[in-house]
Amino acid sequence: MLSPADTPTTPAPAGAGTHDGPSVFCRAAGLSLAALARLLSGASVRWIASQPDTCQRVYFANHTSHLDAIVIWSSLPQAVRELTRPVAAKDYWQRGVVRRWLAQQVFNAILIDRTDIKVHQSPVDLMLREIGMTKSLIVFPEGGRSVTGEIGEFKSGLYYLAKKRPDIELVPVHIDNLNRVLPRGEFLPVPLLSCISFGPPLWLERGEAKVDFLERARRAVIALKE
Amino acid sequence: MNDIRTIALVAGVLGLLAVATAVGQFLKRHPDRGLDPAAVDTFNLRLRGWWIMCTVLAAAFWLGTTATVVLFGLVSFWALREFITLTPTRKGDHRALFWVFFLFTPLHYVLVGLNRYDVFSVFLPVYATLFVLARVAFAGDYKRFLERTAKIQAGLVVCVYCLSFAPALLQLPLAGATDGGNFRLLFFLILLVQFADCMQYVWSRMLGRRLVAASVSSNRTWEGLLGSATSTALLAAALWWAAPPFEPWQAALAGFVVALMGFAGGMTMSAIKRDRGVKDYGTLVVGHGGVLDRIDSICFAAPVFYHLTQLFAGWGSA
Repeated sequence: MLSPADTPTTPAPAGAGTHDGPSVFCRAAGLSLAALARLLSGASVRWIASQPDTCQRVYFANHTSHLDAIVIWSSLPQAVRELTRPVAAKDYWQRGVVRRWLAQQVFNAILIDRTDIKVHQSPVDLMLREIGMTKSLIVFPEGGRSVTGEIGEFKSGLYYLAKKRPDIELVPVHIDNLNRVLPRGEFLPVPLLSCISFGPPLWLERGEAKVDFLERARRAVIALKE
Repeated sequence: MNDIRTIALVAGVLGLLAVATAVGQFLKRHPDRGLDPAAVDTFNLRLRGWWIMCTVLAAAFWLGTTATVVLFGLVSFWALREFITLTPTRKGDHRALFWVFFLFTPLHYVLVGLNRYDVFSVFLPVYATLFVLARVAFAGDYKRFLERTAKIQAGLVVCVYCLSFAPALLQLPLAGATDGGNFRLLFFLILLVQFADCMQYVWSRMLGRRLVAASVSSNRTWEGLLGSATSTALLAAALWWAAPPFEPWQAALAGFVVALMGFAGGMTMSAIKRDRGVKDYGTLVVGHGGVLDRIDSICFAAPVFYHLTQLFAGWGSA
């Protein structure tokens, strides 16, 4: 019921973000939040057979905590970070002034309405339109945070992203221990040590079936566990 | 840092470190001396740790008691982080852990800084324990209840409570001693613990036959324990002038006990690490130094050393 009214507002703030660039204040907020997130999550960052790069990429990760996006975002080098936009759930990030400001101005997030996915307004199209030919994405293909800690089946969005833009590098990311820093349903963090691992990029192979590709991508994330 | 004994102690340690570093670098450049290169690397890594430890300690001492207490508080916080990260917890422990990290640990160090021995000696072992038990119960998850609360409690006692006795030495009332005296006492403790660690390694390698517990540690032997305790006692006796309330025999006894406790700390942490299947707390998360690996012996030795000093100081003034 709310969704039709929401739809037209989506492109506006994101469009404003791309035209003006973030203000000095928002950039400072971004920097300090990144530092805080790193400090709180004690995240050590590993690049395994992979290098940070400003080329267009889709970082796809397992989803365990609300902190996931911000910690991945903050563990990228600043030059890369400024080009990288997390994809987040609209129902969570539109609630409240602070969250909305953070999502739109600081993280420059692309908000996806999980409850209202239509054929002519598919999230994949929206994401591709938003990133243009320069920006990168952070996505969580499981769709929601896993409860058990197991990495669940991937949704098909990643496949369609890869199919529509075969030139983009798909970088697997594994997030370890962050679900203990801020578990589902908690709002106070416990400052344990977590680990973010970036793996080597992969692409959709010619003629690779959807199920096979998604399973390969999922295995790539699991492989980073060690 | 203005009296002659402090200067002698610090200069002696720095001189030793400099010589050891020179030797370590020499051995690294000449791998043909028939020494195990891995052992040389370990030695050099250890030395680097000591340099860092010395620099940070010197900076903290120079800034004063409060800075030192804050420094140890941060070390405790980090060690507890490593400890709890390594120990599996359940979601029901989350809120209890939050308070443990953000209320009990800082508050305990505030009490240490205020020199409220009467309060800080019971605050964590009694009140934090009761709180953790109750908070986990309130969270409604009773599965392996005692095991989980015991883990949190063990972490608090080892990483926070025990370690805090080291900076507490700075405020131990000593008859007729200046500020420098308390500072030397802390330096003395850390020196003895590090020396004992070293000696344990040396004696175990030279004479080690009987392992204390092969399943827990493959290089800690009874010979190492005895050798390290004896050498540490001798060093402590030789340095008795550095630590204010001690007679030489008291210093020797303190050295002996510190070595035993340090060894016990190392064994305990080994057992926990073995149970979790890791070698170092540092390797658990790549890029972090493994603070707990460095301080396990200090944690065990500090409270015993504190109370021994208190006892001997009491005799001296009586």
